[in-house]
Parts: sequence; C-alpha cells; structure tokens
Amino acid sequence: MELLLATIMIGAAAAIISAPLRRSHRPRVVARSARTAIEAARDAKYREILDAELDFRTGKLSESDYREIDRALRGEAIELLRRLDAEDA
Amino acid sequence: MLNLGRAALTLALSVAAYGIAASLYGARSGRREWVESGRRAVYALAAVLTVAVAVLEAAFLRSDFSFRLVGGHSSTTTPTFYRAAAMWSSQEGSLLLWVWLLSLWSSLVLFLTRRRLREVAPYATAVLLGFAAFFAGLAVFLANPFQLADPVPAEGAGLQPLLRHPSMMIHPPMLYSGYTLFTVPFAFAVGALIARRLDAEWIRATRRFALAAWLVLGVGILIGARWSWSELGWGGYWAWDPVENASLMPWLTGTAFLHSIMMQEKRGMMKAWNASLVLATGVLAIMGTFLVRSGILESIHAFGASTLGLPFLVLITLLIFGSGFLVWSRRTGLGPEGHLESLLSREAMFVLNNLVLVGLCFVIFWGTFFPLISEAVTGQKASVGPPWFNRYTVPLALVLVLLSGLGPAIAWRRATARNLRHSLRGPLAAGGVAAAGLALAGVATRPLALAMFAAAAFTAGVVVQELWRGVRARRAVSRESPPAALVALVRRNRRRYGGYLVHLGMAVIFVGVAASSSFQRVHDVRLSPGQHARVGGYDVRYVRATSALSNEKVTLGAILDVSKEGRHVATLDPTRGYFRAVDARLGPVGTYFEGEATSEVGLRAGARRDIWTAVQPDIGAMQPLIDRLDRRFPLATGRSQGLLLAALAARYEAQPPPAVFRLIVSPLVEWIWLGGAIAGLGGLIALWPAPTFARRRAPAAAKVRRLRRQLSRA
Repeated sequence: MELLLATIMIGAAAAIISAPLRRSHRPRVVARSARTAIEAARDAKYREILDAELDFRTGKLSESDYREIDRALRGEAIELLRRLDAEDA
Repeated sequence: MLNLGRAALTLALSVAAYGIAASLYGARSGRREWVESGRRAVYALAAVLTVAVAVLEAAFLRSDFSFRLVGGHSSTTTPTFYRAAAMWSSQEGSLLLWVWLLSLWSSLVLFLTRRRLREVAPYATAVLLGFAAFFAGLAVFLANPFQLADPVPAEGAGLQPLLRHPSMMIHPPMLYSGYTLFTVPFAFAVGALIARRLDAEWIRATRRFALAAWLVLGVGILIGARWSWSELGWGGYWAWDPVENASLMPWLTGTAFLHSIMMQEKRGMMKAWNASLVLATGVLAIMGTFLVRSGILESIHAFGASTLGLPFLVLITLLIFGSGFLVWSRRTGLGPEGHLESLLSREAMFVLNNLVLVGLCFVIFWGTFFPLISEAVTGQKASVGPPWFNRYTVPLALVLVLLSGLGPAIAWRRATARNLRHSLRGPLAAGGVAAAGLALAGVATRPLALAMFAAAAFTAGVVVQELWRGVRARRAVSRESPPAALVALVRRNRRRYGGYLVHLGMAVIFVGVAASSSFQRVHDVRLSPGQHARVGGYDVRYVRATSALSNEKVTLGAILDVSKEGRHVATLDPTRGYFRAVDARLGPVGTYFEGEATSEVGLRAGARRDIWTAVQPDIGAMQPLIDRLDRRFPLATGRSQGLLLAALAARYEAQPPPAVFRLIVSPLVEWIWLGGAIAGLGGLIALWPAPTFARRRAPAAAKVRRLRRQLSRA
C-alpha cells in the first residue's frame, strides 16, 4: 500500500514538473518587462494624483501647492503614457 | 506510513534541487519551458510536503507510537486538540512545518506572478527553492520526523505541559507563516538585483506578501505575549527573551520596509535602502528560526543544544555576504530618481520612521547577541536584562508613536507651516489635555509613561481627525450619510486608512505597555487559609485549598476572594498542575511530583486593570505523606493508584500547608490585546485586494487623458 502511494506521488510530481518540457516547441522568453515596468509606474502615478487630491481635500495641502503638485504629477503621467505608446509602436 | 513520509521528504528535497537547476538554466538560456518547469517544481514541492504533513498529523491523531516523534511528544491521554498541534512542539515537526508553509506561500506568489516579472521570477524561484532545499535537507539528514521507534512504547511521553494552551495551536504557525512570507519579498529582491530590474515592479508584485508577513508575525507575537501573561506563572507578557526578540527584529525592519517602499513606488527614491531592508528582514527571519533551533542562546522557548547550529550559521553567513555583494554590485542602478523636496513632507517622516525602527532593531540585536559578543571579547558570557532594553527602547518607542501621528498629518512632497498648524492643532490639543489631566491624576511621577500617554492621545487625535476630514470631503461631493461616506472612503483608500488604523492600534498597544509596566503592583506572599494580603488597593483572602485529579496530572490550587473597600470584586482560582513523570523508578504518588509542573493563572481581566494570581503549593510539607504512600504501596497502578492520589488530594484540601502566592494588579493590560485587534483590522484592510482599482484610477486617468488632448491640440 505504502509503495503504491509513494509511486503515485512520485509519478504525479514528475508529471507536474515535466509538463512544460513535454509540450511542443515554445518560443524563447520575450522581454516585455519594460512595458510592465512603465505600467507599474503609471499606476503608481495615478495613485499619487488621487492621493494628492485627497490630501488637498482634507486640508493638508494649500490650493496653490496642490495645483502645482497636481500639474507636475499629470505631466509625469503623460510622459509615462508617451513612453507606453513608444513601447507599443 | 513511516516509509511514505520518508519518501515524501526525500522527494521534496529532490524536487527542490531540480527546481533550482531548471529555473537557473531557464533564466540563463532564455528557454521559457525550463523556467515554467522550475515554477511547477514549487507546486509539486507543496503537494509532496502536504502529503508528508498529512502523514505526520495522522500519526499524531491516531497516537501511532511507531513514529518516534509521536511517542516523544504525545500520548493517548493528550486531548485531540493538542495532539493536532503536537507536531510543532518538536524540532523535527517544526522544521517540516516551516518548509511546508514556505512551499505554500511560494506556490501562491509564483502563481500570481506567472505572467509578470519574467526576468525576475526564475531567480526568485531558485532562491525560494534554495530555502526549501535547505530545510528539507535538515529534515532528511539531521532532524527526520519519520524515524521508527525501537521498541515501540505502549504509551507516549505526552505533550510538554506548558504548551497545553489554545494559543499554542496557532502561535507557532503564525510566527512561521510570518518568517516564511518574509522570504517571498527577499527572494524577489534578490531576483530583481540579479536581473538588474530595479524598478518598483517587484515591490508591487510582493508588497502584499510583505504586508501579510508583517500582519501574521505581529499577531503571532501578540498571541505569544497573551500566552505568557495567562499561562506562564511569572506574571508578565514580554521578557526580552532571545527568542521573543528574534521574532520582533524582522517585524521591525519589515515595518520600516512597508513604509519606505511607498517612497520607491511613488517617487523612485530609496531603492538601495529598500533592497537592503528587505534583504536584512529575510536574513533576520532565518535568524529567528536559527535562535530557536540552535540553542546557542539560553531561552525558555529554545529547543536546547542541537546539531542544527552549524548549517544555520553557514546559511546566514552566505545570506549576509551574498546580499551585501548584490547590493554593492548593483549600486549604480539603485540610485534615486526623485529627491526629498521638503523636510516638512510625508517622505521626510518616513525617513525618520525608518531610522527609528532600524535603531530599535539594532538595540534589540545588540542586547540579544550580547552574551555571544561578550564571550567572544572577554571570554565570559554576560547578558543584559529588561532594564537595559527598556533604557534604550522606551525613548525610541516614544518617538515612534509621535511619528505615527505626525506622518499621516503631513502631505506628500511638501507641506506649508500654515497647513501643518491647521492639521496639528486638534491632535496637539488632545495630547496636551491628556497630559494635563493625567498629571493632575498623579501620573506625573512617571514622566516617560506620561509622555507616552500624551503621544498616543496625539496620534489617536490625528487618526480621528483624518477620518473625520476624509468623510467630510467625501460627503461634499457624494452627499452620502456619514457612515456610508466612511465606508466608501476606507474602501476606496484601503492602504491609506488601513495604515492609519494600524497607527491607532499601535498607539493603544503602547498605552497598555506604558501603563502596565510603570504602574504594576506585585506582591509575593505566603498565606494559609483565612489569611489575606493587600496589593494595589485590593484585599486578597485565601479562602480554601482545592484539588483535582486526571489521568495526566494532579492539580492543587486555591480559592481567593478579591475585594476592595469591603466590596466583593472577584473570586479567583489559581492552580498548579503536577504532571506524571515517565520514570519507572518513581513511586505511584511521587511520580506526579517529580515531573513537570505548570501554573494555571487566576485572572480577572478588565478594561481598567487585570488582577492576576498564581499559586505555588508547598509540596515539601506534603513530602512525608507522599513518601509514606510510595513505600507502603509501591506497585499501585490504575484504580489503586487513583485511590492513593485521591487520599493525598483530600488531605491537601483538609489540612492545606501554607502556599506561596504571586499577586499582581496591572493596569490597562487589556489595551495591549485591544490595540493588537485594531492594528490587525487595519492590516487586513490594507491587505485586502482592491478589485475596484481599475475604476478608482479612472478619474485620475481621465484627468490625464483630458490634459493630453488639450496638449496635442495646442
């Protein structure tokens, strides 16, 4: 009984591990990391824009500071979107 | 089933070794099928280790004493609940638990990132499997839980009496989950450094794992403290024991990391610091396990001297030098993209908070390892006690609580003095009123405690004000009711408000710690029935002695009547349990008093104070009777042995000798557990996935798109 269970366990582990190697030829790793990194930076920038707005609405930023920061953040976000467009192109 | 368990462990080691090789080959050659095979090796590892754990658990539940481990740490009389937890009361079972939890978390993170981080993930997989191979190797070669007992005993030794507490069912798995979860960001940081992918993407992918590690390790630490308070008979919840400290150190650096990664995510700052911090946290997590397993430092929690010290030392040395080399060799890519715009900014507060947290960690590290340091330098092992730790950690904790209030009140990038005044006026008033009120109430005799109360009131004021202003701002645009606006505000900003709630919880915890350590009253007294003692304004009277018998232990105790100014407050029943020793040479009665003994505390917990009592019956006075019974009935077993014990218990109740009592009145201890619950809730809120993020970012994205169109038209 133990031998049977051990054999099943070893067989199942081998099957799980070797499945990708048994499939037909796969293309080499395609480096798409540049795009995902820019996407991560874009999402973080969006979050920063929302955070700055909440800071302003809760009285932690003066209106002039908020306008200046918001403008800068949106400029940075646009730059990231441009870089994404360039990646896609 | 022993052989199946052994086969599972050996297979786990082989799978881990294969996975490391496959992942590294796939990463270096760019062949994706090998990377995928390496990732699947982690899944297979988790499955195989689940089989091993299931086999061992089944053996404990069935009391299968052919497993040497089961015979040594359980018995047929051990309650089922504790039999299920007995696995991690042993060295071997703990190592298996560690590697099993690691395999589960590793599988989860690699599944979630299977379509991302393609350059980083193979190296992270290799690191995670490296840890798994190390622990599986220890389990196979040095501490195998699947060893045959020869001969097979008819009865087991039973579970260590001190571990028979519900907390012990969850405390070790929580700590180990924390340690193993911290290896996930560690592994991805190593992967990012090797692959030179030093942007914030690896942080984004593993942030939740770091937060989960922080949360479960923190909860585990608090559960351990609660166990110490309610189960151990010494009357405290934290003793600066090396093993306690070992769990606190990675938690502190992990806390610093969770703050500073926000600066990298938002501003591209502190990349080198973050990498160093998470690598240090990973090393400290392994060091925590090392301290428990190796027995190099004396601790009530350690497993004593073992053969595992050297392998752990080699691993830790490798981790420290490897991490240091990686950060140094990638230093050019770890430069900051942004800079600190103002000292009056959230970023500046985070820098300060990181310095304090790392400072705390350094103090604790120094104090913990001082015995080894002093032995290396002077040849004599000297240790430092709680007063040394308190001298340095209390001022740092005070600054930390202040910063946890200041941080949320200051905006990102920059704040003006005017806005700061506007944000701090209310909380400063709260802190001032609390300080003045408490000073008038007589708390001024302990200035550090008074300062901590004021700092905590300030922090609570900031958090309440933040919530109130957030709700007001939301209602201005949504017209929702205040409760609906609060829920919506927190739901849309989980990380921010979850974090604020954690700050509030920490402030509450520190109030409890400051009050209970500064104003605790302790009285050790020897009493006979009818006598009484006073402690902290309470009158405690020893009413009568009690006893109870079970298969495993003889319990002797006392009924105490607690009153204040003639008014009854509580009836407490502290006891001491004497567990049967496994030694055939001992007599049928004496065998119960030569083994281990544990205290069951008589506790009246309350929001304002805990009344804590423990009893130490004078067994010496009973010894002549015990010896006489053993001499007259040396072969008594079963029912006749029960009759002898019943006679002894009846004699103890009828003519109790004086007993030694420890009586403690400690204020606000319950605030520590309450603060832990608040912080835990905050951690859960911050951890909870935000499915609406795509919708949340829509307003910001729409704003940016509008501006972009305007710019293109211009």
